[in-house]
Amino acid sequence: MGLTMAQKILAKGAGRESVTPGEIVEVAVDLVMTNDVTAPLSIAEFKKTGLKSVFDPKKVVFVPDHFVPAKDIKAAGMAKIMREFAHEQGTLYFEIGRAGIEHVVLPENGLTRPGDIIIGADSHTCTYGAFNAFSTGMGSTDIAAAMALGTTWVRVPDTIKFVYTGTLPPDIGGKDLILHTIGKIGVDGALNSVMEFTGPVIDALPMDDRIAMCNMAIEAGGDTGIFPFDDITKGFLDQVTDGNYTPFASDPDATYSRIVEIDVTNLKPVVALPHLPSNVHDADSVGTDPIDQVVIGSCTNGRLSDLRAAAEVMRGHQVHPMVRCIVIPGSQKVAREAAKEGLDEIFMDAGAVFSTSTCGPCLGGYMGVLAKGERCVSTTNRNFRGRMGHRESDVILTGPRVAAASAILGHVGTPAMVESKAPVA
Amino acid sequence: MQFRGRVWKFGDDIDTDVIIPARHLLTFDAKELAEHVMEDIDPEFPQKVQEGDIIVGGKNFGCGSSREHAPLAIRGAGVSLVMAESYARIFYRNSINIGLPLVECPEAVADAETGDILEVDTTEGFVVNTRTGQTYTAKPHAPYVQEIVNAGGLIEAVTERVRQREAESGATS
Repeated sequence: MGLTMAQKILAKGAGRESVTPGEIVEVAVDLVMTNDVTAPLSIAEFKKTGLKSVFDPKKVVFVPDHFVPAKDIKAAGMAKIMREFAHEQGTLYFEIGRAGIEHVVLPENGLTRPGDIIIGADSHTCTYGAFNAFSTGMGSTDIAAAMALGTTWVRVPDTIKFVYTGTLPPDIGGKDLILHTIGKIGVDGALNSVMEFTGPVIDALPMDDRIAMCNMAIEAGGDTGIFPFDDITKGFLDQVTDGNYTPFASDPDATYSRIVEIDVTNLKPVVALPHLPSNVHDADSVGTDPIDQVVIGSCTNGRLSDLRAAAEVMRGHQVHPMVRCIVIPGSQKVAREAAKEGLDEIFMDAGAVFSTSTCGPCLGGYMGVLAKGERCVSTTNRNFRGRMGHRESDVILTGPRVAAASAILGHVGTPAMVESKAPVA
Repeated sequence: MQFRGRVWKFGDDIDTDVIIPARHLLTFDAKELAEHVMEDIDPEFPQKVQEGDIIVGGKNFGCGSSREHAPLAIRGAGVSLVMAESYARIFYRNSINIGLPLVECPEAVADAETGDILEVDTTEGFVVNTRTGQTYTAKPHAPYVQEIVNAGGLIEAVTERVRQREAESGATS
């Protein structure tokens, strides 16, 4: 019986020929990650084991990104616990000003490699499946145990195969594909499963779009998303790794719990309305109720191509007078490259904020928290009640093009709707 | 273990943002977190909940973030256990790891109402609703998960393993 790529990676981690969905196996981990929210608890739990050092400092990574640059004294204290432990243990550590959002920074630094098992105390750790890794989010105590032992336990998930066919319309990106998919299967549609993304549309999909899709596998309840390794993956990894990795492919006779086929030909840009990522509608069909804020960035859509897409829509236009628009590059590297291309000027000319990297607004942490009754269109990944601020505020999820268009229009809308307006140059 | 407690019933897809909003994640002290547990779904909940109460949710309980602060906040509020139709994976692991008992029992969830008194035996795997007199069979933990529960939590299990490993290497060196 054939195996899926996720099963093969887990079998390798368990030192076995194969694994079966449903069984619990202990696997060696290739990378263990935490951030300033989850690390302090991980460190406290790790210390209870009596161990003096982590299993392998080169495989443990800390990224301050959620409440930094520190929003207050408590946040500073959390980040300090992490920074001091990282330096004491000699682990990998990415300071602000030299790094950015974890799921942008790790791939940029070649730490997310095909065939690896990567766990992180952040639910969007599933992002690294874009690089043919098995990566998944866990809590602080799981991460503490992995820092101690170098292993973790995994209930081997089923795999759902998603096959994307047809012709991808030019204004449809990875975010539209994943929102559409979650809308179709629901927020628990992939519970205890891996989402394997395949098909001719996927074969041609750029890396940043693949990353956005895997990033949101958790929003369908998935253990992770995963892509096949191909020349596009290799092209990205050639720039940041030595090529010393082992990709895995699913066997032709691999067993899937379900196969979901999606013809993309007639897809339109979409939004997920409050309060679930599965509440998906065409962006041009949700009316013109005013919005108060737009956020473009995050671990989902804070990469260079996302900023390019938003800038392309925003060039020559002004952000609507009633809207705050916050643009956040996912990393220092993205910020530099965006500036080199003059994207920062396009955003600032339009009246948007161009900020340093942070997760802040995505989780209502700081820098973009919503007041009672406010509505935000955001390229982030979650629109649960109270996610970005007051419990009576709304988050509407979308890709960078619709977000930029909405900033200009003052309501949810598409680039086509902006084009019909005369540019304010 | 046996529990008896009063039910607070919630719906499907109770996410970690409503269990404990991110604005309160600047601590991992369970008592401090408990002051805000479920406040975005029911602002009075932190005042109403009492020691020994039981939270009942529908499908996909605990979906969303990896924040262990969510089960910590629930435990910190004195809630004795959570019963749901199904759990999001990370929340399930986090709860087991910190010793918050979880019971998976769709039939008992369907019949339970806020204010009911439930008797739950997590060892034998059954739930009794004292209002209806109905008894339900709960899904048992996988053996590996039960080992973590028996050890008192994941770090306790790991610490024991570290101790054994050191004793063995001490014996052979």
